[in-house]
Amino acid sequence: MHHGPAAPPWVMLAYLVAGVCFILALRGLSSPESSRRGNRFGMAGMAIAVLTTLLVVSYPSRGILEAAGVEQCSVSLYFESCLREGLTNLAWIGGAIAIGAVIGLVTARRIAMTAMPQLVAAFHSLVGLAAVLVAAAAYLNPEAFGIAEGGLIYPVSRVEMGLGAAIGAITFSGSVIAFLKLNGNMSGKPILLPLRHVINLGTLAAILGLIAWFTQDQDPWVFWTLTGLAFLIGFLLIIPIGGADMPVVVSMLNSYSGWAAAAMGFTLQNSAMIITGALVGSSGAILSYIMCRAMNRSFISVIAGGFGGDAVAGAGGGATDRPWKRGSAEDAAFLMKQAEQVIIVPGYGMAVAQAQHALREMGDLLKKEGVGVKYAIHPVAGRMPGHMNVLLAEANVPYDEVFELEDINSEFARTDVAFVIGANDVTNPAAKTDKTSPIYGMPVLDVEKAKTVLFIKRSMGGVGYAGVDNELFYRDNTMMLLADAKKMVEEIVKSLG
Amino acid sequence: MDFITILSIFVLACFVGYYVVWSVTPALHTPLMAVTNAISSVIVVGALIAAAAASESLGGSTSTWLGLAAVALASVNIFGGFAVTARMLAMYRKKERR
Repeated sequence: MHHGPAAPPWVMLAYLVAGVCFILALRGLSSPESSRRGNRFGMAGMAIAVLTTLLVVSYPSRGILEAAGVEQCSVSLYFESCLREGLTNLAWIGGAIAIGAVIGLVTARRIAMTAMPQLVAAFHSLVGLAAVLVAAAAYLNPEAFGIAEGGLIYPVSRVEMGLGAAIGAITFSGSVIAFLKLNGNMSGKPILLPLRHVINLGTLAAILGLIAWFTQDQDPWVFWTLTGLAFLIGFLLIIPIGGADMPVVVSMLNSYSGWAAAAMGFTLQNSAMIITGALVGSSGAILSYIMCRAMNRSFISVIAGGFGGDAVAGAGGGATDRPWKRGSAEDAAFLMKQAEQVIIVPGYGMAVAQAQHALREMGDLLKKEGVGVKYAIHPVAGRMPGHMNVLLAEANVPYDEVFELEDINSEFARTDVAFVIGANDVTNPAAKTDKTSPIYGMPVLDVEKAKTVLFIKRSMGGVGYAGVDNELFYRDNTMMLLADAKKMVEEIVKSLG
Repeated sequence: MDFITILSIFVLACFVGYYVVWSVTPALHTPLMAVTNAISSVIVVGALIAAAAASESLGGSTSTWLGLAAVALASVNIFGGFAVTARMLAMYRKKERR
């Protein structure tokens, strides 16, 4: 249908192998044992893709082959031509890779596990920006990509290029905002512009219109305006979304970075890029779906924003006038020592207080006393999918003691102590009973069914992200432990020891 | 490859992605995001082509520089993404049997 010279078969085969390696990388994540091998498959796939491309771009031109009077290129001729054709570019490329590698490796080594959500957001923004740069490079020099004839870019390629640039730009600016919110440089509170839905839909329509226009007219203003508008819409889309909805946002941006790669893969007719783009795109989409389901909210309502800031002020003092019980670290230690089984329910507050190590120490001491210890994780606990699991793993909690909501929820009724640390809305029984509650219908952990609930909280004033009071605080079997999560756990450890 | 061939690869890969990702254990969702992030940097392929292209025109040399910048950005992601995933996965341990 279109497009320049086809790549040699071995090149296409190599990209296919790379794509298969990426599939195996994700497949490996079905269990922790196979995951490390999966990651190595991913690295191998990337190495194959990069080396293949480097070979292709540095392969001697037809002129050199004809001058040498050969059909096939020998190894010596290859190196000779690399030097003769002055591929100093290769040195520059090596330099660019080296710079990126150093920055990437140092960051990966130094980053605190609690900062993983912002790191992932930052990485997403880089993929987005890289996609925009590649689209722009393809636009400026289409011959190099074999997508133009006589200076005219093929219309199909224009659509792909326009989509790649637009999705890349949205991924970039959206991820930058997500990063700033997660990193605390920007308040987690939703920023609500007047008429924002009209503005956003209008901008999106304008971008699509420009992409359509681009097929008729490849004038620079069309390309740059649509890219510029895409940067703007990425920014506008994320500012109204509150901190607690960040797990959905991060997953969604993950998905976008995949679609951007896929769009560029169409332009370059590269199967590795297309396969990867489809994998990453569906991965992010599925994670967003899982997060939305775990909050009983529709994707549209999350994207529309305005829900749940970080610091929702205590809604009305009236509620806190209800009687509640306060306990001390000694009380908690005593109760748990007597228990047969304790289920620990961690949430974002544990990450903020960096309490995971102290928590594991507490768990170890309890196990020495013969108490069964398990961990229960709600899908949206924390700021990104699987956030709590990583933190517990970091603190050396064996993963077979960590359970997902549906696997452990029935056990609370048979448990002596539920120990809630830094989680709030995901334990609120009102989600099951109170039809007027904003979180009604959200699947929650049935902690109130345990004989005793120990609930660590900084003070009685604040409420959860959803801005609703938690029924749990006032129940007869709940004991509130008011303190910083880490300090409280450390004190409990002392009392246990 | 014609457009339909490419589209077929894409659509089938979406289905593969759908089933593979649903089989990922929720405990590994954070490493999943980190590794998908790393592999989406395969966009580096496009960046390399742009960076290595001969540049005679002005647009061509701008294109080379954009390509080089994209190579650097994608490399941060490739090395950082795989390294941080490896670091996380190394932490997942089973209970020690006694």
